[in-house]
Amino acid sequence: MKEIVCDVAVIGGGPAGMAAALSAAAEGAQVLLIERNEGLGGILNQCIHDGFGIHRFGELLTGPEYAGRFAQQVAAAEGIQVLSHALVTEVGADHTVFCTTPKGMLTCHAKAIVLAVGCYERTRGAITIAGTRPAGVYTAGTAQHLINLDNVAIGKRAVILGSGDIGLIMARRLTLEGVEVVCVLEKMPICNGLPRNVQQCLKDFGIPLYLNRTVTELRGRNHLEQVVVCDVDDRGATIPETTETIDCDTLILSVGLIPETELLRSAGLPVARMTNSTPVNSHLETEVAGIFACGNGLHVNDLVDNVSAEGECAGKWAARYAAGERAGSAIPVECGTNVRYTMPQTLLPGETARLSLRVLREAREQTLVVRGDGDILFSRKLSHVTPAQMVCVELPGIVGINSGKVEVSVE
Amino acid sequence: MQNYDVIIVGGGAVGCAVAYTLSQYDLKVALLERNGDVAMGTSGKNSAVVHAGFNNRPGSLMAHLCVDGNQHFAEICHRLDVPYRACGKLVVGFDDQDMEILRGLVETGRQNGCRGLELIDQAEMQRLEPGMGGVGAMFSKSTAITNPFLYTIHLCEAAMLGGVECFMNQEVCKIEPQPNGFAVLTQTETYRCKTLINAAGLYSDKVAAMAGDDRFCIYPCRGEYLILDQHASTMISRPIYPAPHKGVGGLGVHLTTTMSGNVLIGPNAEYIDDKNDYATKPAVLEQLFAEAQQLCPQLTRNLIIGQYTGIRSKLVAKGEKNFGDFIIEESDRVPGLINLIGIESPGLTASLPIARMVADIIGRKQELRPNGQFQAEYRGPVRFREQSREAQDALIAQNPDYGEIVCRCESVTKAEIVQALHNPLGAHSIVSIKNRLRATMGRCQGGYCTPKIVNLMMEELGVAPQEIDFRHSGDMPFPGRVK
Repeated sequence: MKEIVCDVAVIGGGPAGMAAALSAAAEGAQVLLIERNEGLGGILNQCIHDGFGIHRFGELLTGPEYAGRFAQQVAAAEGIQVLSHALVTEVGADHTVFCTTPKGMLTCHAKAIVLAVGCYERTRGAITIAGTRPAGVYTAGTAQHLINLDNVAIGKRAVILGSGDIGLIMARRLTLEGVEVVCVLEKMPICNGLPRNVQQCLKDFGIPLYLNRTVTELRGRNHLEQVVVCDVDDRGATIPETTETIDCDTLILSVGLIPETELLRSAGLPVARMTNSTPVNSHLETEVAGIFACGNGLHVNDLVDNVSAEGECAGKWAARYAAGERAGSAIPVECGTNVRYTMPQTLLPGETARLSLRVLREAREQTLVVRGDGDILFSRKLSHVTPAQMVCVELPGIVGINSGKVEVSVE
Repeated sequence: MQNYDVIIVGGGAVGCAVAYTLSQYDLKVALLERNGDVAMGTSGKNSAVVHAGFNNRPGSLMAHLCVDGNQHFAEICHRLDVPYRACGKLVVGFDDQDMEILRGLVETGRQNGCRGLELIDQAEMQRLEPGMGGVGAMFSKSTAITNPFLYTIHLCEAAMLGGVECFMNQEVCKIEPQPNGFAVLTQTETYRCKTLINAAGLYSDKVAAMAGDDRFCIYPCRGEYLILDQHASTMISRPIYPAPHKGVGGLGVHLTTTMSGNVLIGPNAEYIDDKNDYATKPAVLEQLFAEAQQLCPQLTRNLIIGQYTGIRSKLVAKGEKNFGDFIIEESDRVPGLINLIGIESPGLTASLPIARMVADIIGRKQELRPNGQFQAEYRGPVRFREQSREAQDALIAQNPDYGEIVCRCESVTKAEIVQALHNPLGAHSIVSIKNRLRATMGRCQGGYCTPKIVNLMMEELGVAPQEIDFRHSGDMPFPGRVK
């Protein structure tokens, strides 16, 4: 069995991992970038629509174009070795990375590790839709892969459950490929996707979006024939009087993304309920020293630009960790009014930090407030917040908190 | 027309156990299955528990064959490369009345010849299964778990290597009496045999009637299950059942660990009219989770990854008090017809003893000579994820396809999928691959590996997207190419 050593092992060659590898290499680290597929880019390779990179590049790129810009830099960078076709099955708390590759099993001993492993889609089983188990039920990303990368068609008449961005994008994609999209249903009272996607993917194509409505049952012995749908009340309970059936041969699910946590767990890291991933400090370092995390494997982002920014942060600090730099103890961030979670979950004193958060409820004319010992340490006006849109702010360095914690509110 | 000594109708655990057992003898045997694969009915849709035999009425065939099957199950799993774990089981009591029921179970078990039953107090129960609800339990040491898909598939593939011919997608639609035997007609073929084994499970009443014995009626009784993520295996380490209450039609909603580490919740018991109604119901799934939380309060909803339904073949209708024992006998109305009817739980555990009885019935009518081709042992594709790193490295050196993991949740490699596609039975649907290898069974439920499997099937089998099956022949998950 082959063994290798490196300064920083980056696991995952999607947008987070490529950015992490580049920033780690820019700090002078010897980087091993490990990717399970043949090429870099991750999920971006199947996202052939545009809309990527507005913040970073100031232009609208397709997924493969956005990925391609980073992949070119990776190819040109000194100090990055790309190991493709390699699946990491385990990460040890001692910074050992175990990979399975067609050339054999490989063990990498790294000084620091960046986990940029992405997420997977919530399934029909996870949201417990009753009924038969017919052919014709796909998560949006799987449908996207089959259509865009494999040239495999999936049906003729589709219902989409969930208003996440991939679901909206697939509504347009399926329509363009001649599939009749009957409607998009969203169980919540608000749309989960970005407003621009609602306009460009649904309204422009006349596809109706029904809020407070969900699929309760699948029918069809062999292939999907019908979905049973019904309204839900504000507590999420179904309202039987509103039940109707829709004939369709395809159901696309866009009902949420869940960070991959297998490798975090193998390293002994805890998985928190709110992000479905592990807590980190403002260097994106986990509770195991020298193991960093970023991107959708850390918390689910809505924009790839933010994913790249997190990758750069994790890569930089991983390289510095590998060079011997150690972070001190951090200040916990507590979630106050209308804050579902923050990332990072702890702040390193005196250092600027990029704080991401999601709110619990939609609201207008709000202020994001960071308090410590009862004092306001930072505030920022926010014109409109929704749970679907992540809030990102640059926090100045915070020092001298007697209570040892800060609280973030949106009020 | 094709002539056989014996035709087995039904490719479930029992039919395949009969095929394997008869392959020891110099008989020309065929197995007909209406689905595209074996283990597609009740055999693949149950709790996957190897029962000890303390739930069955003393003196019944069920009790006798279950205890017999349990005592030899480890050995057959070893011979046929089937996963098996002797983890024991807890039957939990919540009050004095339950504890009385548990004392009754121990007594029943003793009468049936079960080994390793004991009553334990709350402290001992908590030591075995921390966090469990209940005041005490019965611990059954000899209860085990297995993989019922691989059990059935490997029995069948071993039988095939021993000379048994297996025909999939052959639903029997007519049986005609012939001098000295039967003509068995399907939609496309006619098969002729001297002895007909009716191992048709839910449809065993229909098959018996087609052959001229119309005394039986199978009452389908549906049971729904929830599947929990493998993370749940940190919460329990063996099957946990509630003390059984009379008249519920099953053993009560229980938690079962599986060979893969997933935990099952279920089943309920609901008599239905349609033997093909595998749909789950929203209210039942809710109820299952609520009952499971009583047994194990730490369970959370985000552990749920899937659901399925099994249907029991009951000989007793709803509300009837009669005891429905297994029927394993040559029909006294139709000589040459051997009926295996009412084979519900513990049918999986009892399948080989049932098959042995079938061989004995045949042996009483004709001399059974050994078959030189018999394959007592069988090995399926090496399960990559179960190997040590050194062994995995050696496998990859032999075949680089082992180094390509297709299903990430379950660590299933390209090499295993290619072998499953080309094994004696073959795999012709996405679900057949799942049943053999667990690919698509993990927490992402095939989100990651479905496209990879579809591409492999197209490559290896040389088929177009529209020729790929999902579960059943012709269900056509993909209508074709996009462009």
